Amino acid sequence: MSEAARKTPYQPPTEELGPGQSSYESMTDKISSIVLTTRTPLSWFFGFAVGFLVLHGFLAGVGYLLYEGTGIWGLNNPVGWGFAIINFVWWIGIGHAGTLISAILLLFRQKWRTSINRAAEAMTIFAVLCAAQFPLIHTGRPWLAAYWLLPYPNSMGIWPQFRSPLIWDVFAVSTYLTVSLLFWYVGLIPDLASFRDRAKNRIAQLAYGFAALGWRGSAIHWERYEMASLLLAGLSTPLVLSVHTIVSFDFSIGIIPGWHATIFPPYFVAGAIYAGFAMVLTLMIPLRRLYGLDDFITQRHLNNMAKIMLTSGLIVGYGYLMEKIMAWYSANPYEMFMMDNRMGGPYGSYYWALILCNIVVPQLLWIKKLRINPLVLFVVAMFINVGMWLERFIIVVTSLHRDFMPSSWDMYHGSFWDWVTYIGTIGMFIALFFMFIRGLPMISIHEVRTLLPIGRKKD
Amino acid sequence: METASTSYGLMAEFEKPEDLLDATRRTFSTGYRKIDAYSPMPIHGLAQALGFEQTRLPFLVFAGGVIGAIVGYGLCYWVSVLAYPLNVGGRPLHSGPAFIPVTFEITILFAALAAVFGMIIANGLPMPYHPVFNVPGFSRASQDRFFLCIEAEDPQFDRDGTRRFLESLNPHEVSEIDR
Repeated sequence: MSEAARKTPYQPPTEELGPGQSSYESMTDKISSIVLTTRTPLSWFFGFAVGFLVLHGFLAGVGYLLYEGTGIWGLNNPVGWGFAIINFVWWIGIGHAGTLISAILLLFRQKWRTSINRAAEAMTIFAVLCAAQFPLIHTGRPWLAAYWLLPYPNSMGIWPQFRSPLIWDVFAVSTYLTVSLLFWYVGLIPDLASFRDRAKNRIAQLAYGFAALGWRGSAIHWERYEMASLLLAGLSTPLVLSVHTIVSFDFSIGIIPGWHATIFPPYFVAGAIYAGFAMVLTLMIPLRRLYGLDDFITQRHLNNMAKIMLTSGLIVGYGYLMEKIMAWYSANPYEMFMMDNRMGGPYGSYYWALILCNIVVPQLLWIKKLRINPLVLFVVAMFINVGMWLERFIIVVTSLHRDFMPSSWDMYHGSFWDWVTYIGTIGMFIALFFMFIRGLPMISIHEVRTLLPIGRKKD
Repeated sequence: METASTSYGLMAEFEKPEDLLDATRRTFSTGYRKIDAYSPMPIHGLAQALGFEQTRLPFLVFAGGVIGAIVGYGLCYWVSVLAYPLNVGGRPLHSGPAFIPVTFEITILFAALAAVFGMIIANGLPMPYHPVFNVPGFSRASQDRFFLCIEAEDPQFDRDGTRRFLESLNPHEVSEIDR
């Protein structure tokens, strides 16, 4: 017996629901009690206040930008792309995990996704909103951007340039935001109906009732609903892969050393998933603790998310390796110089910090015990959040600051206003997320109902 | 006929999804056709037990995608070749491969819009008022109870007979639905 026990390999946690959740009633109660209550925890006010205050940095940064222009930023010649695109790529990458969880894992029939997909999708939408701020403001004159970004009939008869990846980006990101919002809203409809039926307050009843569109749970409605969800998942999967592919085209279509590489699309998509899962864990671990959601976000969820993070991190590591190998194999002096300069030049410390954050530290996740330790996971996720930002900084800046002509070489550093604007979007993200957890069901109630044995589909 | 004008039908309440599925199958095989079942989550096979064949939503989504592809490529072509021809580094005005990303995104966008609005419209939503909400306890249909409704419009509907039939299905409760 004891020998058998010793020989049994470590079993990863398999539970999708904790022991505390055994009936439809308890699940509906638990999730709706977070929102349908008059008692808001103090920690919520604290979190929201921090986000809301930091958000004002963004407003101040943009206000001054509109008054003064992009001269307030650290941009120079030759580094004409700086924080705006770094932050854009960072935020849009973070968004990808939500779609991965809600669409790709749905297609793969991963039942464990049901209790994390709602919050992850909300994270996607807020991250894409933060990302979208930067293309809007990056010219400093956003009202002029309309006619070179959007195809609309203007009095000058000018149309956008459809051969440019920057226009592809506009279409990719706006489609991504629209489809993510729709997918999220469709998922919310039955839960909004649950809230409508549980709310005691008349205003809440009306608000949730209005948003629930009169959903009554008819079996025929469910049939169409499930088909629509499946089709949306099928459509979102190629969409999410296309978005970061197109973002990588912003670089790889250009003939700058370090950008002009065919590995960029898969390497960017893997990086997006990596960054996104790190952000999901950054949000879910404190949330789980704060609202006592251990029964919904179990060790199994932490373990699986850590595994996905480790896998996508290794693909990203492969990308870093290939950049070096391709630079060497190309025998192109510019490519070789770029790589040597990246690793040992003035930004070398940034590069090795990136390797530490994205490659070295996440190797801890090979250890089973650490994958289910929330504190360790949180710290590793934080390292990855920083590392992925550094990655974009390295790609943008090291390729540009050493131009083809040495006389134009220069250094780039974010200015005070660059940092204020960037950190301000983090505040915006936090404020939006706190508003979401206070006003909407952060776990998909109708989907976790199907996790109960009595509600399981018979196949 | 008189009952049809004052009552929408009869509603039976069940505690378990299996009971609802079972009851629905028996109701359908008894010959009732104007029936509907309500549940807090999707139940596999319930729509089929109600006699619902198959949703045509996939065809609509496909059509949305095809229209999106034509609109997307047409937009790039019209702008780049017809409305604003511009020689950029000697590239052809009709640069097919460069038009693909926008075409792809518009295809997905139109297909997704077709999926969402197709589902909402086919389901007859938004519907702010529906008689079933008058049933006492129907608010639990979005939480933890399962309901079966036989509508008064059904040719077999007979107030007392149908009520006796529903009670034979062993429900938690049977109630009249006011209009």
